[in-house]
Parts: sequence; structure tokens; C-alpha cells
Amino acid sequence: MEVSSDREYIYTSSELDRQEGQLIEEVKAGARESIPDPDAWLDEEVKQNIMLSSVDAVLNWARRSSLWTAICFPACCAFEFIAAEGPRFDMSRFGMEILRASPRQADLMITAGTLTWKMAPVVRRIYNQMPEPKWVIAMGACAISGGIFRSSYNVVPGYNKIIPVDVYVPGCPPRPEALIYGVQMLQKKIARERPISDLPKLLLKGKKT
Amino acid sequence: MTVALSGKDLAGQLEEKFPGSVEETAPHSLVVKSNSLLAVAGYLKDTESLAFDYLNYITAVDYYSYFEVVYQLTSLKHNHSIIIKTRCYGRENPTAPSVIGLWRSADFQEREIYDLMGIKFEGHPNLKRLFLWEGFQGHPLRKDFIQ
Amino acid sequence: MTTTEMMTLKTEPFVLNFGPVHPSTHGVYRMRATLDGEVILDIEPVVGYLHRGIEKLSEERTYSGFIPLTDRLDYISPMSNNLGYCLAVEKLAGIKVPERAEYLRVIIAELQRLANHCIAVGSFLNDTGAYYTPFMYAFREREKIVDLFDMVCGQRLTYNYMRIGGVSQDIPDEFLPALKKLVEQMSRWVEEYDFLLMQNEILLARTKGVGILPRETAINCGISGPVARASGVNWDLRKNDPYSIYDRFEFDIPQGETGDCYDRYRVRVEEMRQSLRIIKQAMNDIPAGTVRADVPHLIRPPKGEAYAHLEAPKGELGYYLVSDNSIAPYRCHIRPTSLINLTALREMVKGWKVADLIAIFGSIDITMGEVDR
Repeated sequence: MEVSSDREYIYTSSELDRQEGQLIEEVKAGARESIPDPDAWLDEEVKQNIMLSSVDAVLNWARRSSLWTAICFPACCAFEFIAAEGPRFDMSRFGMEILRASPRQADLMITAGTLTWKMAPVVRRIYNQMPEPKWVIAMGACAISGGIFRSSYNVVPGYNKIIPVDVYVPGCPPRPEALIYGVQMLQKKIARERPISDLPKLLLKGKKT
Repeated sequence: MTVALSGKDLAGQLEEKFPGSVEETAPHSLVVKSNSLLAVAGYLKDTESLAFDYLNYITAVDYYSYFEVVYQLTSLKHNHSIIIKTRCYGRENPTAPSVIGLWRSADFQEREIYDLMGIKFEGHPNLKRLFLWEGFQGHPLRKDFIQ
Repeated sequence: MTTTEMMTLKTEPFVLNFGPVHPSTHGVYRMRATLDGEVILDIEPVVGYLHRGIEKLSEERTYSGFIPLTDRLDYISPMSNNLGYCLAVEKLAGIKVPERAEYLRVIIAELQRLANHCIAVGSFLNDTGAYYTPFMYAFREREKIVDLFDMVCGQRLTYNYMRIGGVSQDIPDEFLPALKKLVEQMSRWVEEYDFLLMQNEILLARTKGVGILPRETAINCGISGPVARASGVNWDLRKNDPYSIYDRFEFDIPQGETGDCYDRYRVRVEEMRQSLRIIKQAMNDIPAGTVRADVPHLIRPPKGEAYAHLEAPKGELGYYLVSDNSIAPYRCHIRPTSLINLTALREMVKGWKVADLIAIFGSIDITMGEVDR
């Protein structure tokens, strides 16, 4: 197997640390503005009636009824998420019991916890590894805006500086019932998408859904 | 009940063995000069009647004109404890000796103090930043840190 | 050359990165493990992915306003963190806590220990391969304990219940009957759980003799809590340095002998039994009275320093406070139980295989909120 010759292999742990530090500084410098939320679908709904073809409806139903979550659980909200998966607030009745370790097999990222600058490149890498279509739920006050730690030196003020977010669930931590309500809102959003009907228009523009 | 030993009595014992090492005493703590810290710590650990074999914590406080590194030691055998402090003067390059040779629990804690306060510990085998990344400018827990 | 010589493979150690996002590392903990095939030669931990700067934030909040931040440290047992901080401020300012508040604190702290060990044991068994079944059962029991906390302070995870000088509000009338019912149910459940797992062959094969921590290493590395007691260190702050009113109750301190993963698991299960014993004694003796001392909201402790520690479910949790007579602490240092318990991890895993690394790491029971603060 040919290995490209311009790739540098880092061998000592201090060089590895330095490379990672540089990456973190780059992410920090590039994350001044929030990434706009993907809510263009709200305008369209007001402007025109959405006509879904039956293929669209079936695809949307399949996608929203089996959302598989990628693991990204930094902090305390993780425990409310796990309690939501637990026996009392059973999330597997919504098809979401699978917590996939590999982001390549997931289509939903529930960001449960405070994001720090050191963790930011890791979250972005996981988001990039997820295949389309993918959605993000920002869970908790720390994920929306940095929460109680906003004035700290190492905390990113909200996940929407790093990845685009679809649904925001407030709370510190949000109760499992609140999280399930957030998931249901996401399911309503997915029900209005037009994966097949829009495909020719988007392919012409050179973008994917 | 863990007895907090009196700083004065212990200071008396230490002055006999290591004259000039104790700077100040307080009811339950004493301040030791940083160049005699290792000798004093070794004596505290190895003497039978004191036997301080458990290091509770190491921390550092920024008092503008000096940094104070605080150690609390406990003896599990005799159930008594003492607080030892040492001062590092100068804000550019404060240093203190590392006690990792005596108590290995100092490993991560001294790295944390280096990371957040900037105090270098001589003799630590792996003094790198622990919580923040390589390339972070400054030491956040100092009083004059500007974000 | 003989056939055996020709067939000899040359191997080289390589570095494998575990985490920070990994299903079995409890939170965002990263290890760079140097492996020779499956055998671990060395690990290098990388922490700081959840470093939120809580110690620095303490300098901009008032003494009472820092209590919600302490909840977020060890988010599996927040009541213990709150209690530790309140003990430190009370020691610094010389505040006496009323009797009823002391009893409530003991009951709540022991309930919190039960809830924490439910998760600790459940996720340890998850790591050894009992895929989610014991974990779900443990969560079912934890939900019952969390219901009681919900009844007392209205929150499920970050309670913010303890205050400087007592607790924030009195218990409602339905608390004590519900507590009595829970104690009976938990006693039966702990026996059932233990009976199902104690002699399980797979658990014994995976955890007996694995990841031994010798007693001298445990003391030297500053390990505390169930991990140290499983290695034979006879040290529990509730007995050796009693805080609050623990000296009025009768309970035993479970200890292990070898310090392997099985001993750590058994110590936690025994501690659950002892916690139930303490709760039964405390439940019967609660006196009437106020639940909070008369303390001003913007408290200004006198100049000085204080260190208060308590036996949190994970080990010795301590708060070192320096005050300069203003409304905010001058310096608040939190003794991180989980970070210090990780000091011995390198020695414990050398020579074992990757699957054992996960089991050993799960048996130490850490929370990244406490490691990184």
C-alpha cells in the first residue's frame, strides 16, 4: 500500500501534544461566529404548502422512526440521557435504543454536556464522520450557550459555534421527558423534509440534502 | 478523630534536625523554606513517631507577591495530620521541589499546578500541561490572568 | 534454519488511542496505550476534555452562589459535593448546624451513596460484558432513590440542596413513609442482585486476580474510598475522622484483601448494605427543629483557611478554602478524588490485555467532572 510521502508521522508524545494544541487553536480562531441553524424549512412552510410525494413520506417515516444516536457524552446531561434510555422513560419505543459507538453508523448526535475548546476538534471530527442525513440535538444549557460556565476560559459558548444544531432542549439538566419532547420535535421536522422531491433541484445546485 | 498536630511543636522538632528551615508557624500549619522542603518531607515520612505516609492534596495559592504551595499530610497509623506550606517568590519563573519521589500521588497534582499556576516542580519526570493544551498562553488560575 | 526459526514473527509495539469518545471510558477520558499485540505495555492518560475552570469561577461567585457549581463536579453524587463545600465554609466561619439538619444530611448522604454505587456496580458489570441487563436493573433502583430526591428538592440530577448552615428546605410529610418503603425494597434488591452475581463463573473469571493494587502502592498514591479499602487499607473518614454526626451510628467498614477488581465490586455491594443500616438508624431518631442556622445570605467568613473532607462515595473529597473576608472565596481548591485514584492505573494495567483494561478502569469508578473540574 502506498503511503503518501508528504504525511508527517509524529512519534513522541510531546510532538503529538503540540500538533493537537495547534489544531485546537485553529478551531478556536475559526469559531467566532455561530453556524446558522438549518431552519430554512420553516420559511418554506409559510410560503407554500408542502406537497410530499408518497416516496418522501415513506422515507421520512423510516428515517424518523429509527434514529440511531452517536455517542458524544461529555458531562452531566449524559446521565439524564441514559435515564431516558433506561427502563422508566423508555426511548426504545421511539426506535432510539441503539447507541452506536461508531459515528459512521449513526444519524443523530445528542450533545449532552459542556463543550470545551480542547474537546471541540473531536466533536467536529465526529460530526464530519457521520453520513448524511444527520441531525443534532443540543441538550442542556451548556450546549445551547455555555450555561453556568459561560464565563470560563475553556468553555465554548454553545455547540452552534462548531456544528449546526437542529433542536435546542433547555434545562440544566433537562428532564428525560423534556428530552423526549425534543426528539419528537425533531421527528416532526424530519416528517416535513423532501428527500426525493428535492433531489433533482439539489443535485443541479451541486449540494446534497 | 484525626488530630491536627500543632505547628509550633512540630516546628520545634524540625528546627533541631534542620536548623533554619521553618519560616513561620500557625496553630495547625507551618511554612518551610523551599530549599529544605525535600529534607523535611523525607524526615516527616520516615520518622516512626510521625509516619506521614499519606499525602492528602497539594495545591497552590496566588498571593500577589508570592505563591504558596500547600501540602496536607496524614498518618494512617497514628491518625494525625499536618499542613506544610512553602513559598515561591517571583512571578516569572517560580519553582519548587517535587515530592513525587516520596508520595506518588503528587504526580497529577503537580502537573495541574504547573498547568494552572505556572509553578515548575524540579525533579518531576513528566511536567507537561494536564488540562489545557500545549500552546495555551498563560496560566489561568493566576490572579492577573486575562482571558 | 529450522522451520520454527523461519516461522518466528517479529512484533513491534504500537500506540492505540482510546477515546475521548469511547463507549466504555466513563466520560471523556483518553488513553494512549502502548500495546504489544493485545498485551498492554504502558498507558498515558490525557485528561482535560471537560476542564471547565470551576476553581477559577469560584472567585467570581459568592459563597452561597458557588453551591450549584459544586453539583456539576461529580455529577453522579452531587449531594456529597454540596455537603463537602458546606462543611468547609462552616469550618471556616464557625457555624453550628442544627440537629435536624444534621440528621437530614446523613440520610441524604447515605442515599446518595446508594445511588452512586448502583451506577458504579451497574456500569462495571456492563464493562465486563453483561450487556446492559444489570445496568438496567441498577437504573431501575436508582430511579426510586432519585424520586425521593425529587420529592425533597425538586431536581433529578443537580440538586443544590445543601446550604451553608444546614439544608435548604425541610422534608415534606410523605418523605419518611416513602423512605421506609424504599429501604425495605432496596434491602431485598441488594440481596437478590448479590445472589445472582456473587458466584457467577464469568464474573469470577474476568475479575478475580485482575488488576491487583497492593496496599503500600495504594497508600503511597493517595488512593481513597472503596478502591483503597479493597486493597486492605483500613481508612474510612466516617470512622477515622468523623464529620457531622456519624459517630452516633453503628456500622461496619467493609474491607477487601487482595485488591483485585472482584474485591472492589464486593466492597461496593457491602457498602450498600451498610448504608441501608445507617439510614434505618437515622430514620428513627430525627428530632424536630429548624433545618438551617441563621446565616446571612452574603456571608463573609473571617480571614483564614480551612480544609474539610468527607467520605464521598468515590473516596475522600475535600475542599480547601482561603478567605479574605470578602463575599467571594479568595481560592477554592477541590481535592479531586477521581484524578488521584487514577494515579495508580498505569501500574494496575501493565501486562494485562485490552479487555482487562476496560474492566479495571470500570472498577475504579471515576467521573470526569471530578477529574477535570
